[in-house]
Amino acid sequence: MTITLVSPQIEVMKMDSIQEKNIVYQTSQLNLWYGEKHALKNINLDILENEVTAIIGPSGCGKSTYLKILNRMIELVQGVKITGEILYRNRNILDRSYQVEELRTKVGMVFQKPNPFPKSIYENVAYGPKIHGIRDKKVLEQIVEKSLRSAALWDEVKDRLNQNAYSLSGGQQQRLCIARCLAIEPDVILMDEPTSALDPISTLKIEELVKELKKEYSIIIVTHNMQQAARISNKTAFFLNGEVIEFAPTSKIFSNPKDKRTEDYITGRFG
Amino acid sequence: MLLILLCFRMGVIELAIQNVNSLSIQKLIEEKKKNHNTAGIIEKFIPMILLLAAVVSVLTTIGTVLTLIFETITFFQTVSILEFLTTKKWYPFSETEGTFGILPLVLGTLKVTFIAIIVSIPIGLTSAIYLSEYATERTRRIIKPILEVLAGIPTIVYGFFALTFVTPLLREIIPGLELFNALSPGIVIGIMITPMIASLSEDALVSVPNSMREGAFALGATKFEVALKVVLPAAISGIISSIVLAISRAIGETMIVAIAGGSTPNVDWNVTNSIQTMTAYIVQVSQGDAGYGTTIYYSIYAVGMTLFIFTLIMNLIAQYISRRFREEYE
Repeated sequence: MTITLVSPQIEVMKMDSIQEKNIVYQTSQLNLWYGEKHALKNINLDILENEVTAIIGPSGCGKSTYLKILNRMIELVQGVKITGEILYRNRNILDRSYQVEELRTKVGMVFQKPNPFPKSIYENVAYGPKIHGIRDKKVLEQIVEKSLRSAALWDEVKDRLNQNAYSLSGGQQQRLCIARCLAIEPDVILMDEPTSALDPISTLKIEELVKELKKEYSIIIVTHNMQQAARISNKTAFFLNGEVIEFAPTSKIFSNPKDKRTEDYITGRFG
Repeated sequence: MLLILLCFRMGVIELAIQNVNSLSIQKLIEEKKKNHNTAGIIEKFIPMILLLAAVVSVLTTIGTVLTLIFETITFFQTVSILEFLTTKKWYPFSETEGTFGILPLVLGTLKVTFIAIIVSIPIGLTSAIYLSEYATERTRRIIKPILEVLAGIPTIVYGFFALTFVTPLLREIIPGLELFNALSPGIVIGIMITPMIASLSEDALVSVPNSMREGAFALGATKFEVALKVVLPAAISGIISSIVLAISRAIGETMIVAIAGGSTPNVDWNVTNSIQTMTAYIVQVSQGDAGYGTTIYYSIYAVGMTLFIFTLIMNLIAQYISRRFREEYE
């Protein structure tokens, strides 16, 4: 597998120019503190529908933190202070009146390490629909099949849906987690370095999947792998020390970065 | 003496540091080894000492069980097993000839254990879930040690608590409750084993990886749904073990029932009148005047054997269930 580091994606450029897309997330003046540490500084980002938005940057730059705000998973961390505004479909998610469960039903998440529940493959996928009140066995079966198909896992597991999810390989587990996320048909899928614990072949499969999924979902993916960002994303945001240094179409970021720091990072001079 | 030794050692180290520049470290190590021939001997003997300790504990167990078996066999030479298992009367102290039917004692034990389970499982599990999923780190740090202290209170204290506090209180509510009954010691044993269930189940719940909770939260699950449908099932084998362990303790509990349960072996499911459990009977005989070699003397071994079989079965069930329901992660 040879990948040129700077690979302008012609296909992506074409898609961008075709139509005006709706804004999914509108972040303005976002600041975040972990105790005393100012981890996100004045973030302004607009994320569009049916696109893959990649967030890149060195470790500790705040990229995962930003992702976790988008479905308010950040609330599980204690001692966090947030100011600013994030509009999801024109509603401020940081508003206390926004029910966090409602938000997370719309915004799914896939984690760095595959984290299927210690249940059967079937139960893993059916968990989301079940907690949201879908009890009908027939409906659940359909949802499970559809989700596993969309996650390109159906053919591999259709004969062993009752086996424990941990009997699957790491890559399969991660696709199962994607299927679990798809089972409630979210609007947005957040991915936090979803391939960092996987081997190259599994990584490739997930990347193919992401390209497929963006037809129906808006995807925001944090990655420390720049080639991955170049391969699969429409737009890329470069984070450094809690700031957005540059946010532009991926082809542009990788071929003609405006900022010196972006260039240094993507050419591997640091990070 | 120790101080001198310490000074000496430090001197050696200083010397070694001085020599580092002139000598190679490998040579230093070699020299050290020459002075430490004892190390080889220790390496040889330590496993043997460890093995010896293991053998002693196994032999003691085997010895205890063997004693139990032999004395039980002696008992069954005078009283037939059939009579022991089928007769519904336990009158060992009868003037003419004693009647030995284990059923009343078993029923006494079961009644008390059953009440204890009803009391302890809901309270124990709820507090475990609270502590692991809802309580702040500070609350947990305060409550957990208290639970562990509760588990360390001598059972005789619980016994008098049952007799002098719980029984009078219950008699206010339930008219016709006898002074000695199954209800009061049952409840108090339940209170006694609750901390055990809470503490061990909490350990099982806490050890469920956080990534499981995150996965469920990310699907829009509420805190309660995460606790009930992800964390609890993931910890179920640990929770079942804790419950079975607690039940075993309830079955084997002696002082509380000896003090507050009475000494009337009854064959019914009534919990308001006086009972006698297997353990309480053994206490009664051991402090009474049954001479060595009498049937009554041997009967405590037969009762002890029955008790042993009960707890053994409990343990086997626990192992089976925890293997059957084990939900492995990773």
